[in-house]
Order: sequence, then structure tokens, then C-alpha cells
Amino acid sequence: MSLKGRPPRQEMPCQDPQVRRNNFNEVALGYQEKLAVAEATRCLQCKKPQCLAGCPVEVPIPEFIKAVAEGDFAQAAQIVKSKNSLPAICGRVCPQETQCEAECVLGKKFEPVAIGRLERFVADWEMDKGVEKPAPAPKKGQKVAVIGSGPAGLTCAADLAKLGYAVTLYEALHVPGGVLMYGIPEFRLPKAVVQAEIDYLRQLGVDIQVDIVIGKGKTVQEILDDGYAAVFLGTGAGLPRFMGVPGENLCGVFSANEFLTRTNLMKGYRFPEYFTPVIVGRRVAVLGGGNVAMDAARTALRLGAAESTIVYRRSAKEMPARAEEVEHAHAEGVQFQYLTSPVEMLGDENGWVKALKCLRYELGEPDASGRRRPVPIPGSEFILEADTVVVAIGSGANPMVIKTTKGLAVNKHGNIAADDDGQTSIPGVYAGGDIVTGAATVILAMGAGKKSAQAIDRYLTAQPGEKTQ
Amino acid sequence: MFPIVRKEVIATNPAVKLFEVKAPLVAAKAKAGQFFILRCNEQGERIPLTIADYNRQAGTVTTIFQEVGASTKILGKLNEGEAILDFVGPLGLPSEIKKHPDPVVCVGGGIGIAPVFPIARALKEAGNYVIGIIGAKNKDLIFWEDRMRAVCDELIVCTDDGSYGRRGFVTDALKDVYTQREGRINQIWAIGPMIMMRVISNTTRPWEVKTIVSMNPIMLDGTGMCGACRVLVGKETKFACVDGPEFDGHLIDWDLAMKRALIFKREEQRALAVVECQGGGCGCH
Ligand SMILES: Cc1cc2nc3c(=O)[nH]c(=O)nc-3n(C[C@H](O)[C@H](O)[C@H](O)COP(=O)(O)OP(=O)(O)OC[C@H]3O[C@@H](n4cnc5c(N)ncnc54)[C@H](O)[C@@H]3O)c2cc1C
Ligand SMILES: Cc1cc2nc3c(=O)[nH]c(=O)nc-3n(C[C@H](O)[C@H](O)[C@H](O)COP(=O)(O)OP(=O)(O)OC[C@H]3O[C@@H](n4cnc5c(N)ncnc54)[C@H](O)[C@@H]3O)c2cc1C
Ligand code: SF4
Ligand code: SF4
Ligand code: FES
Repeated sequence: MSLKGRPPRQEMPCQDPQVRRNNFNEVALGYQEKLAVAEATRCLQCKKPQCLAGCPVEVPIPEFIKAVAEGDFAQAAQIVKSKNSLPAICGRVCPQETQCEAECVLGKKFEPVAIGRLERFVADWEMDKGVEKPAPAPKKGQKVAVIGSGPAGLTCAADLAKLGYAVTLYEALHVPGGVLMYGIPEFRLPKAVVQAEIDYLRQLGVDIQVDIVIGKGKTVQEILDDGYAAVFLGTGAGLPRFMGVPGENLCGVFSANEFLTRTNLMKGYRFPEYFTPVIVGRRVAVLGGGNVAMDAARTALRLGAAESTIVYRRSAKEMPARAEEVEHAHAEGVQFQYLTSPVEMLGDENGWVKALKCLRYELGEPDASGRRRPVPIPGSEFILEADTVVVAIGSGANPMVIKTTKGLAVNKHGNIAADDDGQTSIPGVYAGGDIVTGAATVILAMGAGKKSAQAIDRYLTAQPGEKTQ
Repeated sequence: MFPIVRKEVIATNPAVKLFEVKAPLVAAKAKAGQFFILRCNEQGERIPLTIADYNRQAGTVTTIFQEVGASTKILGKLNEGEAILDFVGPLGLPSEIKKHPDPVVCVGGGIGIAPVFPIARALKEAGNYVIGIIGAKNKDLIFWEDRMRAVCDELIVCTDDGSYGRRGFVTDALKDVYTQREGRINQIWAIGPMIMMRVISNTTRPWEVKTIVSMNPIMLDGTGMCGACRVLVGKETKFACVDGPEFDGHLIDWDLAMKRALIFKREEQRALAVVECQGGGCGCH
């Protein structure tokens, strides 16, 4: 097959940057049918498709793309969903450039097939048409509890329900969805998309119980005592890290979790119609270089900040954020201060932050993460004015479940220790997603939820009835 | 949904109301010193309130709150038989209750009488000699005197204006108790407005009597996820919702805490305006 005759990678239609920086509507508008078919025809339908190796949940990429090329979108949706139960979400937020698309052979010489965009197209197309009601699975007669309703918990619950288990999903917040609901902004992942997935879960018969904090209202042991044959812990990495520099508790300094939760979960951008306030000043500084930092910086612009600056201690190359989001941030006018990190936050007489005292860095030898370690340049101190600071330097495991579950082993990072199947130190108790790996990605959390669902099924089938009432 | 099974208007100026809410899971686990978070409706804020009492059999939780802003005013409008959309708890660490050799003192100022009651009761049940001090601006704002009396070995009631009990602040009553007892007090709990807790902590610091206060910073999730509730205790930043809400009053950075309480002041006023002009007539929109 000749590559020459093939069309170029089809651009994603987007809202104009100058318009979108002022609204919370989705930035990337999605392919129309014609664009999708054109993009799908770029795929070489490789005999040994390299792309497969890049997808953590083994979506049959060439097969579904073939169906798109042939205009059989319903078939394409079925193929994707055989491996990925949340394609509308993954198509939007997977870091494709380091996963599936990184492996695509076309990418070696040209641009890779836009696998993520096609996946999103297929999922949106199906959602538009109305998803078929799932056929009820034959009942297994055993109950399984899933704690936490992020992508790990949602996937595990869906798979267990499909296998015929009676699943109860517990969530601490008043809305299920985890980071998909409280963290990732509407303009990148519309909440209606997440809601559709949650509705699907309800149709599968999953009993979703919100407003229950496991470790407080109920413990894992009590759930087991209640006759649940197994438990899956998907409680995420929700504990915000701060930098530990002086002045970090000044007014106007927020964790990214607080800033984004106020905006997304509580709909602070529609204050006072919604009663939870969220505020930005004129100059916002966001500390960090990941997806969370990009989301915060772009949110700040939409909330009315005149300037929004990413302050990152390494260089552009090391930034862990998705490439597409960095591009979008640039286009919207987010500024970047690389090789920079604050050593102190300075406040005014009312206790409000007014500036960051920063140091410049240069890159030294690679550290444990393989990235070159930033080294401060002596005497490089300078002042960066900011009246709002958002700290987005990562998050750790919330210790609530760990502390209240006797015998649950943790690893050296304070995360729950679990094997490849999610099996923890307690028989019948499984864990996966960010609570095991530390802050990672949606697709990895889903993959973990999937694996644990299978492992739980094997565990319960191996000892039928033993743990039921 | 969490039905309101009992509503009582405790005072009208300012409005103070009691709600008993059916929330079996919270009632089953509630302990003195803990709180819950509620959300009235889809547009509502998540607001934290202390568990003032609970009934494990009936599965109910009692709380007493003052209408200070938009969210508490919206809450106050709900009636018996209506329901609250979200209700999650118990949150925070329970009070540390043990038998002390010498008397302990429980001070409740204003709305703080409600949260101090279950602590006094638990201390009494643990075999302590409990001295209660409750106070408010005036007679109308004193409540649960009978309930406090029932769990305290001694109870002093004060009002700022002298309209009931002894005239003056709870701090003055506390000083008298300390003097009369010749300093033999093991521990003090002080709950009320931030300024009261601060003054009491400053008063008891030279006495070297451990003084526990219950912090009420701005909160959002109440599970340790956001850090909105940060307080500086000693040199350490703590999250009040999971590390507290009770802390050693002598170690709190009060200046910071009082400034942080005002972060959303402007927005709170805007929200209040929205609530107060609902029903119209004010011509503001
Ligand atoms: C702002 C932001 C942007 C991101 N952007 C991307 C992106 O573009 N692409 C990508 O792949 N990844 C992204 N990520 C990372 C991704 O969202 C996470 O890796 C993923 O959500 C982890 O899923 P999880 O199911 O393990 O946990 P979570 O999504 O964190 O969900 C855990 C859930 O458990 C609940 N919970 C916690 N403790 C308890 C308890 N004791 N009782 C009951 N419930 C509890 C929590 O409330 C939460 O709802 C982003 C993360 C953030 C914060
Ligand atoms: C652990 C804890 C226990 C509490 N217990 C009680 C109680 O038993 N009875 C009672 O009357 N009040 C209690 N409060 C205070 C109560 O939560 C606030 O009065 C309420 O949130 C104010 O909301 P609003 O919209 O009516 O007023 P707003 O106009 O929003 O604010 C008025 C004041 O309340 C504070 N406040 C605002 N939002 C919050 C928030 N989300 N969390 C905490 N404080 C906030 C502000 O600092 C401000 O000073 C408690 C607070 C905490 C943190
Ligand atoms: S799930 Fe993610 S990694 Fe897998 S094919 Fe889809 S976009 Fe690529
Ligand atoms: S590697 Fe690229 S071209 Fe080959 S099958 Fe996969 S997506 Fe198509
Ligand atoms: S309220 Fe969010 S961490 Fe305490």
C-alpha cells in the first residue's frame, strides 16, 4: 500500500481559543462522520498491528477502525466496548501520544492514526443513537462491594454486574465518578458523558450508594460481615500534596483539588446560581506541570483571571501533561515559567498571597524517575506576582480506608499493596487504580478494575457458596 | 434523602434552629466531637455542622445551627417532614474521652453550647467531675440549660448583658472556677465563636491547663481531599476535617485561622443577597 495517496491526519475541530477561554463548553468538538471515515481510511490495517501494544486494555484498534472506514459505526462501537467500557471518556482523556498512537507505524514517518479521536467518535455516535439496554445476566447469588466510584471502581462494578454479581458501589462524595466528576473540567470531559456511563451502570443493576465514607460511616470489615463475598477498593489518590514552603496557608492559595472541585463538582463557575463560591484574582500562578496543572491554569482563565501562569521546575520536555492539553493551554494564552519553583509565598497585611519568591533551576543528572533532576541556580531569586496560587504538584493516598482496615498491607509509598490481579494482603479484598499505583491515568485505573473483577470472579467461583449467607 | 423528623426554633434574633434528622448510618457511629456535612438541594453548598446529639435506636442525629449566611438560611427554611438531599458522616475524629483525676471544664459559647453538650455527657459517663459553663449574648440565646445541668456536676450560666444567670463572658466564669479550684483542673474544652476560643486559649495558656478547641474552618469535602480546612497547629499544617476538628488551643495560629475564615466574604454576601431577595419586591433584579 502506498502511503503517498493517503490523506493527512484529520484535524480535530475545536472551539476558537479566544472564545473558549471564556466558557466552560467542550473545547474539542469531535469528528463528524465524514472526518471520521477519512481518518479511518488512513489506517494501514497492519498484519501485525503495533498500536495494540500501546493500549493498556487491548482495544482491537484495527478492527474497530475498519468498521469506521466502512461506515458501520454500530459495529465499531461494539468492538471497542468489548474491551473498553468507557470509550467516550478514554477517547477524550487518554494520553494517546504515549500509548496507542505512540506505537502506530504511520507515526514513524508520518503522523499516527488519530485512534483516540476515532474512539471518541464511535462512542459519541453510539450515545447519540441511544445505548441498548444491557440484557440482565444470570444471577450468581453473591454480593460484592466496590469502594470508590472513579474509573477503577466504575469498571470493576460494571464487569462484576455483567458477570451476575449483586454489586453495591460506595462513594464518599454526593456524586459518583471520582476524578472524572470532581477533577477533570467540563471543557475537557463534559459531565453529561460521565453521567451517561453512570446511568449505564445503574441499568446493569449496580446499587450506587453515595454519601458514605468507608472508614467512617462503615468499615471494610463491616461490609464483609454484612455478607459481601468480596470487596474492591478503588479509592484513588485524593490526598493533595503541598510544597511545604513558608506562606502556603495564606488566603488565595488553594490545592488543585479544592480549586477544581469547587469549579466542577460544585459548579462554582455558575455561582451564585449554585451556592459554592470559587474565586480567582487577576494573576494566577499554578504550580506543577501535569494534567492537573493544565486543567487548573485553563480553568483560571475561564473564571476571569487576566493572566494564568504555569510554574514548573523542569523544562517543557519533561512536563507530564498530555501534549494536546499543553497545546490547548498555549493557544488559550496560558503562560509558562519553566525551570522555576517557589521557595516562599509572600502575603499582604490581610493574609492574602501577593507574590511568589522563586528560584530558577537548571537540569542536572537523571534522577530515580529517569528525568533530569532540577538543580537550583544560586542567586537566581526573583519575584513573581500572583494573587491566586493553585498547588498542583501531585497527590497521595488518602489513609482513611487503610488506617481502619486491620491487616491491609501498604507499600513504601503508603499505597495499598496489591499484586497484578489486585489481590491485597486480605483474602477477598482487592484494590486497583491510583490507590495502588499512585496518581496515574484513567485507562490504567480502568484496566486495574477490569483485572480485579476477573480475579474476584475466579476467587468466588473457586469456593462457591463458602462466603455467602 | 434524609427526612427532618423534628424542627425547633431555639431563638429568632439571630435565628437559631434545631433539626433532628433521620440518618441511621451516621447515628449508628456518631461520637462526641464529630460532625457531618449536608447539602440541602442540587444547587446547595456542602456545609459542616456538629453532631449535638444522636439516637441510635431511632437512627436520628440532632444538630443546632445559627443562620449566618445563604446556606444556613436555606436550611432553616426547611420544615418537619421535608428532607435534606445529602447527609454524610460521622466525620472528623471523636473527642478523646477518659477519666481525669481532677475536674474538667466544658465551656460552650453561643451556638457552641450544642457541640459541647455531647462532650460533657461523655466525660460524665466516663466518671469525671464535670463543670459546665455556658454563655450567650442574652437570655433568648441560652438553650439546653436543663440538658447540660443533667450531665454536669456544676453548671454556670452567663449572659453578656446580664439578662440571665451571671453577667459577663464565659472567660470570666472560667477564671473564677480556676481560682476557686486553686488551679486543680485537668482539662478544658472550649467551643464557640473563634474569638471566644482564642481568648480562652490565651487565658489558660499561662495556667498550663490543656485546652481543647473545636475548629470550624471553611470545608468542602470533609474527607481530607481538598485542604480547604487547613489550620496551622504548632508548626504543622493540619486538615481540620480529618486531623480534627479538635486541636490544642494553645498551639493554634489564631491570626491565620481568623483570616482564612474570610476568604469568601464577598461571595458570601452575594449569595446571601440572592437568598434574601427571593420572593422579590426588593427590586434588585
Ligand atoms: C485534574 C485532573 C486531571 C486529570 N487528567 C487526566 C487525563 O487527562 N488523562 C488521564 O488518563 N488521567 C488524568 N488524570 C488522572 C486520572 O483521573 C486518575 O488516574 C484516575 O481518575 C484514577 O482513578 P481511580 O478510580 O483510581 O480513582 P479516583 O478517580 O480518584 O476515584 C476515587 C473515588 O473514591 C472515592 N473515595 C475515596 N475514599 C473513599 C472512602 N473512604 N469511601 C468511599 N469513597 C471513597 C473518592 O471520592 C473518589 O470518588 C487526571 C487527574 C486529575 C486530578
Ligand atoms: C466542623 C464544623 C462544625 C460546625 N458546627 C456548627 C454547628 O454545630 N452549628 C453552627 O451553627 N455552625 C457550625 N459550623 C459552621 C457552619 O458550617 C457555617 O456557619 C456554615 O457553613 C455557614 O454557611 P452559610 O452559607 O450560611 O454562611 P456563609 O455566608 O457562607 O458564611 C458565614 C461564615 O461561615 C463560615 N463558612 C462559610 N462556608 C463555610 C463552610 N463550607 N464550612 C465552614 N464554615 C464556613 C465563613 O467563614 C463565614 O464566617 C461548623 C463548622 C465546622 C467546620
Ligand atoms: S483506550 Fe486509550 S490507549 Fe486504548 S486505544 Fe483507546 S485511546 Fe488508545
Ligand atoms: S499501527 Fe496504526 S496503521 Fe497499523 S493498524 Fe494500528 S492504527 Fe492502523
Ligand atoms: S474539607 Fe477538604 S480536606 Fe478538609
